[in-house]
Amino acid sequence: MFAHFDIKQLIFGRLSLEAIPYHEPILVATFAVVALAGIALLGAVTWFGKWDYLWREWFTTIDHKRIGIMYVILAIVMLLRGFADALMMLVQKALSVGASEGYLPPHHYDQIFTAHGTIMIFFMAMPFVTGMMNYIMPLQIGARDVAFPFLNNFSFWMTVGGATLTMLSLFVGEFSRATWLAYAPLSGAAYSPGVGVDYYIWGLQVAGVGTTLSGINLIATVIKMRAPGMTLMKMPVFCWTTLASNALIVTIFPVLTATLALLALDRYVGTHFFTNDFGGNSMLYMNLIWIWGHPEVYVLVLPAFGIYSEVVSTFCSKRLFGYTSMVYATAVIALVSWLVWLHHFFTMGAGPNVNSFFGIASMIIAIPTGAKVFNWLFTMYRGRIRFEGPFIWVMGFIPTFVIGGLTGVLLAVPPADFVVHNSLFLVAHFHNVIIGGVVFGLLAGVQYWFPKAFGYKLDPFWGKVSFWCWLSGFWTVFLPLYVLGLMGVTRRTQHFDDPSVQPYLTIAAIGVCVIMVGILTFVLQLIVSYFRREQLRDFTGDPWGGRTLEWSTSSPPPPYNFAFTPVVHDLDAWWDMKRRGYERPLGGFRPIHMPKNTGAGVVLAGLSTVLGFALIWYIWWLAALSFAGLIAAAITHTFNYNRDFYISAEDVVRLENQRTAQLAAGA
Amino acid sequence: MSCGSKIRERRNSRQGLDRMHEMTAPPGATAPVFFEQEQHAQAEGGTLIGFWLYLMSDCLLFAVLFACYGVLGRNYAAGPSGADLFDLKLVAVNTALLLLSSITYGFAMLEMSKDRLRMTLGWLAITGLFGAGFLAIELYEFSDFIHEGATPQRSAFLSSFFTLVGTHGLHVTFGIVWLVTLMVQVRQFGLIADNQRRLMCLSMFWHFLDVVWIGVFTFVYLMGAMR
Amino acid sequence: MRAAAQPGLGQRSQAHNIGRGSGEHGGHGSQGTFGGYVTGFALSLVLTAIPFWLVMGDVFADRLTTSILVMAFAAVQIVVHMIYFLHMNTKSEGGWTFLALAFTLTLVVITLSGSIWVMYHMDQNMMPMSPHEALQKP
Repeated sequence: MFAHFDIKQLIFGRLSLEAIPYHEPILVATFAVVALAGIALLGAVTWFGKWDYLWREWFTTIDHKRIGIMYVILAIVMLLRGFADALMMLVQKALSVGASEGYLPPHHYDQIFTAHGTIMIFFMAMPFVTGMMNYIMPLQIGARDVAFPFLNNFSFWMTVGGATLTMLSLFVGEFSRATWLAYAPLSGAAYSPGVGVDYYIWGLQVAGVGTTLSGINLIATVIKMRAPGMTLMKMPVFCWTTLASNALIVTIFPVLTATLALLALDRYVGTHFFTNDFGGNSMLYMNLIWIWGHPEVYVLVLPAFGIYSEVVSTFCSKRLFGYTSMVYATAVIALVSWLVWLHHFFTMGAGPNVNSFFGIASMIIAIPTGAKVFNWLFTMYRGRIRFEGPFIWVMGFIPTFVIGGLTGVLLAVPPADFVVHNSLFLVAHFHNVIIGGVVFGLLAGVQYWFPKAFGYKLDPFWGKVSFWCWLSGFWTVFLPLYVLGLMGVTRRTQHFDDPSVQPYLTIAAIGVCVIMVGILTFVLQLIVSYFRREQLRDFTGDPWGGRTLEWSTSSPPPPYNFAFTPVVHDLDAWWDMKRRGYERPLGGFRPIHMPKNTGAGVVLAGLSTVLGFALIWYIWWLAALSFAGLIAAAITHTFNYNRDFYISAEDVVRLENQRTAQLAAGA
Repeated sequence: MSCGSKIRERRNSRQGLDRMHEMTAPPGATAPVFFEQEQHAQAEGGTLIGFWLYLMSDCLLFAVLFACYGVLGRNYAAGPSGADLFDLKLVAVNTALLLLSSITYGFAMLEMSKDRLRMTLGWLAITGLFGAGFLAIELYEFSDFIHEGATPQRSAFLSSFFTLVGTHGLHVTFGIVWLVTLMVQVRQFGLIADNQRRLMCLSMFWHFLDVVWIGVFTFVYLMGAMR
Repeated sequence: MRAAAQPGLGQRSQAHNIGRGSGEHGGHGSQGTFGGYVTGFALSLVLTAIPFWLVMGDVFADRLTTSILVMAFAAVQIVVHMIYFLHMNTKSEGGWTFLALAFTLTLVVITLSGSIWVMYHMDQNMMPMSPHEALQKP
């Protein structure tokens, strides 16, 4: 055994200097830019002496509002990375036709489409949605924080840990080339022996733990921490969709965790779950991963639907039409989403009986979704509509998402799916519903709730530019892809022999540049708004004439959210309060019981990330050490019983007086 | 008021369209109470339901492993099957140990509710010993199989067997670590509310593991041993 | 991270709990009783012993009968554990505990039956193979 004793391998595992991609010019250039930007950022923070502030006020915070903001910042950063992947792919596709090979060799292109999907779903959409739910839901139910504030912090840092591992793969080693779902047997040890799939697995396992715990947290919050008088049927629709989405999270992420663990066992230990020999069955992987994968997209879209419900009723100055049916539709969608997963592999050969069941179920799920669309339309009917920032996203969402949904119903028909499965038609469909549904919803949510979080509205002009670029860019990209898909063009292709596809792909490439302008103007909007914040200031805390409780607080809300817990009498509680002569209390404030900040989340997530890295590179001593450290740190944390404090009455008085002054200033 | 406008008024108010004159309360009405002046403990009550939700997620983790075993459990790859390997007498002993540990934990909880610290610790210790005994037998069984060549790498059946039973064993291990930690904390700080809550969570965890074991010994051992 | 500190507010809230004794404890409904645990244990013992006996003693020649009986006993024993050890009831946490369990069990059944149904149909379009062949495949 010790004949091949290699000290270098013992210390570094399979990590070596070869892991750094010196010979890939694109990666070297990317690294240079990232390194420079990173140094500039870290340097600036150091120069302005802000590390203490960042650590005390943001990294160790257990305030759901700050954690929500950090989630959204993470999402926007990862959006830029994921979008860069999209840009590169579409340009490559437009160039690489006939004799031209484009600029991305296949092994690089494969990593890009894998990274694009993985990042956009796990590190852009999920954190974005989680951040929104984290920030808004406790405010809407009249609570002071979530049920488990420390766990909230820990969940956030675990997501960051997973994102870190994924981003690290750019510069140390390589990423997976096995698609965003790492299908077996391609993702097994035999066909992907490198570090790529391992980066994928451990990045998702670390982030997955965070997501599952966050799911538990938010459900417990909705169950236990609603203000007195807020029965379930008086809860804002966004909170209902939060509840449904997190119920899905808690049930599906263990499936992902288990499935990736089985894949990891196959890769590390040599078991035979998904291999082609010794009794393994790679099709089982598809089955299990899509049991996770289908409800996952509903995890993303349900909160977006919730955002639309809030925005529509506010900007039509009208109670949401059909509240009860909205609630039932949400519940039905959540339940049926668990019954359709096979439609992702109709062509895998389960036969007509099985395919029919799942095809019909897939079509059925369109019904409650349609009911929701009708409810939004009926809310708008005879409402007093204001076509402001958040609402134009809704106007873009409805036609876009509905068309995407229709193509989905087409795909739900197994014989039709046999023709277009894994073609660009499929790619166009899911981008249609994810961008049209989830992304537009999140961007609407940002426009809507930014004033609440930061105290000033976003610049309307750049918001409109961003929207129109997103909408027109989106259709310019995906309409040609729908056509190409129907003509039979396969997805994930790095090169095309047939020159007749080039005009379509060129239009798509132009479209992605328009979306790029949309994203850049969104970032520009954030910057311009910051510099114009005094003109855009929100003094009242209720800039849009809102209907739900978050608008009863100042913008931004104080750390304790509500000086006195609100008592709710009706749906649209804030609207009810405004209508019935509510007077804001000016005195009698008491000390408020709050949880303390803690660095334990950062430490535990940091150790988890190190553990992931060590497992990827086979650095066994580091893996053992970080695992032991993780257990020790967790146990040590449980010995800390001193986790609360009281905000003094004087502090509450001071903050409330500040608000009184602000309200007077704005009047 | 004419007929048409009456209908319009009714329809508008049904649609919830709020006009300006509906913004203020009718004259003479006192505004209802919109906030609570008394502070009552908010966040205390969430731990037990939160832990229950975690257990629900764990149910699904095991469901995947059971599904895997259900699909791959007969893929012996010309190697040993359950009928060849399983020693049901040993499994019966194991099951008895786990079941006993469940009842001893129950006794610990009874002592806890009577605020009897030493008795609580005593029953917890016995529970831990039963759990350790369960693990010891399981490890013996695993090493026995491996010595006979029935390794996890031998076949899909064995991969799913070791993973399902092993994951359950890992949970028991984690439970014992938690139990020991809690015993230290109870010893140090007494049966305060925080510790009682933690003991209740561990109680749920421990019984949950026994429930999963029922599934394991039924589907893996009893069904697997028949042929 | 802070060093082990004296529990602060934890102790204060203990004051609330002293009066509670062995009755209702917020969360998970009522605590068990000695009789309850012993009953649960005895039932579980019986419900375990019988399936073991059925299999080890080869009581029924028909495997299917044994399988169904064994599964039925498992289901009953799970319910026994839920009631006597986990104190499962529809009242705890305003019914949320039970709802969460019902939802989870539904999904567990879907996962198990769905996976087995789907995977056993995956050879629908493949050439026929005898069970003996299938057993011996590498």
